[in-house]
Amino acid sequence: MSKQIIYGVFDDEEVLISSAKALRGQGVKIRDVFSPFPIHGLDPVIGIKPTRLSNAAFFYGMFGTSMAVLMTWYMMIHDWPMNVGGKPSFTWFENMPAFIPVTFELTVFCAAHGMVLSYLLVNKIYPGRKAHNPDPRSTDDMFIMEIQTVDNKKVAGSEIISVLRNTGAIEINQKEL
Amino acid sequence: MSHQSASVREPLILGEKTYHQITEDIAKPIEGKANNLFKILFTISALLALWGVACFSYTIGTGIGVWGLNKTVGWAWDITNFVWWVGIGHAGTLISAILLLFRQRWRMSINRSAEAMTIFAVICAALFPVMHMGRVWLAYWVLPLPNQFGSLWVNFNSPLLWDVFAISTYFTVSLVFWYTGLIPDFATIRDRQVKPKMKRIYSILSFGWSGSAKQWSRFEEVSLVLAGLSTPLVLSVHTIVSMDFATSVIPGWHTTIFPPYFVAGAVFSGFAMVLTLLIIMRKVLHLEDYITIAHVESMNKIIIITGSIVGVAYLTELFVSWYSGVEYEQYAFLNRATGPYWWSYWSMMTCNVITPQLFWFKKIRKSLMATFIISIFVNIGMWFERFVIIVTSLHRDYLPSSWTMFHPTFIDIGIFLGTIGIFFTLFLLFSRTFPVIALNELKTILKSTSENPKPPHH
Repeated sequence: MSKQIIYGVFDDEEVLISSAKALRGQGVKIRDVFSPFPIHGLDPVIGIKPTRLSNAAFFYGMFGTSMAVLMTWYMMIHDWPMNVGGKPSFTWFENMPAFIPVTFELTVFCAAHGMVLSYLLVNKIYPGRKAHNPDPRSTDDMFIMEIQTVDNKKVAGSEIISVLRNTGAIEINQKEL
Repeated sequence: MSHQSASVREPLILGEKTYHQITEDIAKPIEGKANNLFKILFTISALLALWGVACFSYTIGTGIGVWGLNKTVGWAWDITNFVWWVGIGHAGTLISAILLLFRQRWRMSINRSAEAMTIFAVICAALFPVMHMGRVWLAYWVLPLPNQFGSLWVNFNSPLLWDVFAISTYFTVSLVFWYTGLIPDFATIRDRQVKPKMKRIYSILSFGWSGSAKQWSRFEEVSLVLAGLSTPLVLSVHTIVSMDFATSVIPGWHTTIFPPYFVAGAVFSGFAMVLTLLIIMRKVLHLEDYITIAHVESMNKIIIITGSIVGVAYLTELFVSWYSGVEYEQYAFLNRATGPYWWSYWSMMTCNVITPQLFWFKKIRKSLMATFIISIFVNIGMWFERFVIIVTSLHRDYLPSSWTMFHPTFIDIGIFLGTIGIFFTLFLLFSRTFPVIALNELKTILKSTSENPKPPHH
């Protein structure tokens, strides 16, 4: 059996989901789906685990909070305590109310930027990268399912194509690897 | 995903649209040639911006003595403009973050341009405090950097420093939020280009986005978390701006009502500016099917709410100044209403308290012309609000021998007009090169909220 990529092209996201369910029912592994917008309910069907980016954001945020606490303590209490307006800086805790705004802002700053940088990293997107969607129509109005025969040793390519055709794919393209 | 909206809701997308038609409609301004109206508007804005740059340069070269400030009124036009612009910058994030958390679908046609407006407004705002430093090349002194003059650090007890952190966090996070949403739309534009140069530019802008299922799954998560982070952020920014005033002991500034009152005022003026821009944009770029009367009406409802909060805040301030029994506070408010700056106080009252109440009438709320005119009134009123707060409180405070008047110089006025020019220049450039409506978001609601969803099956 030759190595082959099969692209099932759909013009409706709901048809694609039902087709994906039918294929999964037969044990076909779907490599990826390219779409112009997020298709809700697709991830569990094709076996995509929920992302952990929000957990990462939480830890970036905690990092920001700690950095802000450390910075205000070092600069205002430890290194050069200033008596401004008769309000001396003896301990961090006593001055803490005045440090809340900066702590909050740094928490948000680190959480947001840390998460977005991780997002770019795990998605592998950056200026200058070449896009790898198989068909330019997939960012406009087409939904494209990618199935590779190497992932599906048990199901024949011709069978996958017939399921795709019967479940509403408007176009099926094949590519030899 | 295709729960059809209840029929009582007005459709958010008019006409017979398909996914492809949405792409076509939004890509048209980018791919087509600029019309004469655009060229005229762009020339005027660019000239105004250049005039502003000239006034800025003159100020930097000579010193801020060229402004109308004096030793009694140490803050006037510059800080008025700063607060005004920051306030305008609040609507974008409110629309894209808070309305996202509340699942308001009408935000989707307007969030992209409102966020662009936010970013450009914050750029204009940031110019003012930086210019007010006088020696702008030392602006980095506001950052907590070790310096060569000893181990003196910036003062973390000061709201002015909180502002540095708030504005820079707000600007960068808004920028990142905006760009994250733009990446997939740039990919849509990229994939339709035939000219190699255009394809190359949009290829770089789109970061090589391919729209795979995993990418979309992460995209949705990141959008949601950024919205969650931006919501308290946007509320914190104007809260901190208001603390620049509220933590001082100047009569008329030293009030606890300032944070909520400033935030409401910011949203109020931001929505007014969004309406001013979008009513023109939908016409010039032919987006009437996407930015509908229903959208305008929803924004007008927010204007009524925030305008009413601002009105209540004005009255509360008056009541509290009387009830406090503090004669300085009482005089500050009496002076606002009847002193030499009475005209600015009553302009503020008329524009901010009375005009938005007209939106209780459905006919006015749904009229584009009326909305446009009222939005201009609100923009003017909110500028006067900041002028009233800043100048009338400063020009007569505790020491009558120092009482004086503030008169703007032509440089003050020139810089303000210049920032308006910069703002419109940037917005016009945006409207011709960026997808002005969030394509990927709008397509997700096409089936459920459009007037006549066309089945894609042929």
